Amino acid sequence: MSFRDRRTSPDLTGDLQWRRGEGLRDPQNARFPVPRFGHGSRVPGWDEAVDLTKDPAVIPDLATTTIPQDLQREIEASMAKYPDRRSAVMAALHAAQAVHGWCSPAAIDQVAAVMRLTPAYVTSVASFYDMYKLTPKPANDVFVCTNISCSLLGADEFHETMLAAAEGEDINVASFECLGACDIAPMASVNGEYVGPLTDEDATAIVEDLRAGRPVLPAKQLRYRRSTDPDVQAEGTEFAPAAGAPRADTAGLTGLEARADRPGAEGAPVEIPPETRDDA
Amino acid sequence: MSTKILFDRIDEPALNTLEVYERRGGYQALRQALTMAPEDVLKQILDSGVRGRGGAGFQMGRKISFLPHGDMAKYLVCNADESEPGTFKDRELMQKSPHMLVEGILIAAYAGDIHKTFIYIRGEYQLQADILEAAIAEAGRAGYIGERILGSDFSASLVLHRGAGAYICGEETALLDSLEGKRGNPRLKPPFPAIEGLYAGPTLINNVETLSTVPHIIRMGGAEYAKIGTETSTGTKLVSISGDVKRPGNYEIELGIPSREIIYGLAGGPPSGKPVKFWFPGGSSSPVLTGDDLDIPYDFDSMAKAGTMLGSGAIIVADESRRVLDTMLKVAKFYAHESCGKCVPCREGTNWTQKMVERIYAGEATPMDLDIMASVQEQIIGNCLCVLGDAMAMPIGSMVQKFRVELEAEIEAARERADGAAVQDVIPLGVADEHAGPLPVH
Repeated sequence: MSFRDRRTSPDLTGDLQWRRGEGLRDPQNARFPVPRFGHGSRVPGWDEAVDLTKDPAVIPDLATTTIPQDLQREIEASMAKYPDRRSAVMAALHAAQAVHGWCSPAAIDQVAAVMRLTPAYVTSVASFYDMYKLTPKPANDVFVCTNISCSLLGADEFHETMLAAAEGEDINVASFECLGACDIAPMASVNGEYVGPLTDEDATAIVEDLRAGRPVLPAKQLRYRRSTDPDVQAEGTEFAPAAGAPRADTAGLTGLEARADRPGAEGAPVEIPPETRDDA
Repeated sequence: MSTKILFDRIDEPALNTLEVYERRGGYQALRQALTMAPEDVLKQILDSGVRGRGGAGFQMGRKISFLPHGDMAKYLVCNADESEPGTFKDRELMQKSPHMLVEGILIAAYAGDIHKTFIYIRGEYQLQADILEAAIAEAGRAGYIGERILGSDFSASLVLHRGAGAYICGEETALLDSLEGKRGNPRLKPPFPAIEGLYAGPTLINNVETLSTVPHIIRMGGAEYAKIGTETSTGTKLVSISGDVKRPGNYEIELGIPSREIIYGLAGGPPSGKPVKFWFPGGSSSPVLTGDDLDIPYDFDSMAKAGTMLGSGAIIVADESRRVLDTMLKVAKFYAHESCGKCVPCREGTNWTQKMVERIYAGEATPMDLDIMASVQEQIIGNCLCVLGDAMAMPIGSMVQKFRVELEAEIEAARERADGAAVQDVIPLGVADEHAGPLPVH
């Protein structure tokens, strides 16, 4: 039996699932009392060899690549902002991911074509950063912070609850490294909107809010949180949102040109971009 | 009421708009700076003695003075990739008072004769990036950014660059690579970014909080600003307190106040009423301190003397009910995940440290493992291009050193648990027949 035969799962990114003695007890892995990935190796993706018979992909021709016009315009605008066009590759990938839902081969090709880079270069960047997804993912993201401060206050348990609550929904629940909001620990970033402190009941509320397409846990959104420093609060200001009230602290953003080019942002109080993107 | 500089009335509604910011005297410092010679602006910053708020604590004025003179493309990059676990001060500053940062960047650029500036913000801060983008557009329309600012000869552009979720990009040279559109790998230093940075040009890199302080230094005068705080740690500092405290959040403090006053006075201490067991004084990268160290003054030098660092000013508190082992695993896992993999000691050291901590949980560790773990940390420190590995090695090393007795007890308890489980859960004979033969030794 070769390693290849023992492959059970194509998931190369899965965590090592191994506890003490398990390798001895599992007949499939009886000879391997060391942690193994689904395909039998200690290294993820070790047998995904490069196809040497294939020529390396060249820069795709923009004339023959189909690409949404808006996306092309957005990438070109980003390129114009920098002294070196390569700097725009991250912005371009963000834009392409917003259109395609993930960094699909088509999305990579489109970015490469507009930016005049090889697909390999674009992929090398996309595979480095956590926020670019090289595999298809559900439309909604719930990133639960499970770093030190959040986990001290129960984030690991909330992550479990959230996973169970989102079962079968179009929601990608993942544990995430520190999101920079330890003041509302335990917290999560739901499609980019920071919410916390979370309790177990909030897991189902998040799922319901996402399903209904409304703002997630409005009472717990970070954007309304006042400073905790007792000496800095201006008199007579109220940050907590009254029901249906406009978003006070972002009132100044309404209708600004910077946001006007993004879908669903015109004139209205600022929505969180990913929500609108995902709905589109 | 203590001194508030950055956080002065920060909760005022719509402070993120130009209208309110200008009404409160915003951009007056930029106007004032533009009437001065760049050298005089730099002198004010030097006089203020303000030290970098991002983690290393290097004097900002000296950093600017390292930039070569002459006609060349120089760059300023604001590091807003705030990813250090426990840190969230820049987030609040950018969200509530983005124009203060924009003004600070422009003044610093003027002092360093820089015409191209960037803000590198972490990708997860979407709300903050949107607010900043709007503020930059607004400032541009009002003539604060662009050609011949406010009728002077000084021109500067400002571009907001969104990251995509990599802790390593908070390291200055990795940040530059990322900004150039590459994978965020750190570079060999020297040459330091002040000589050869972004697009191989001299580059000034400063944290959000540092740059936000600049307008206030110009407004107050450098010498006046230096009167706040201690002699070597001037000014105020934003501290982010989280973990086991009643009132977690950002507080602006004068440097040099006792740590106890921050943890108990401002944040209210642990809600359970239990004493503090250990705390990180400057983000998860700083060696931990214990409940006995609460009277150390909170400033750069006192923290260094105590064998730790002020870092980004992020205090994480854990009370008596917490296990050191849990925090150790979180720290090790985080750095193993975020290591970029360029340097072997960091890539392997973080990975193996995580495995060794997991071994303790599995009941397979012996007290000797603690020594191995400590030696791994020693081999990481100072042997990599950047300090990501050190950032794991220092807290883990300090935990092993300060909580050795507890960790040995954990090891013993886990072994007993595991042995008990093994006796009950005997492997039935014959199951593994297909693979009969001696087990390989690992």
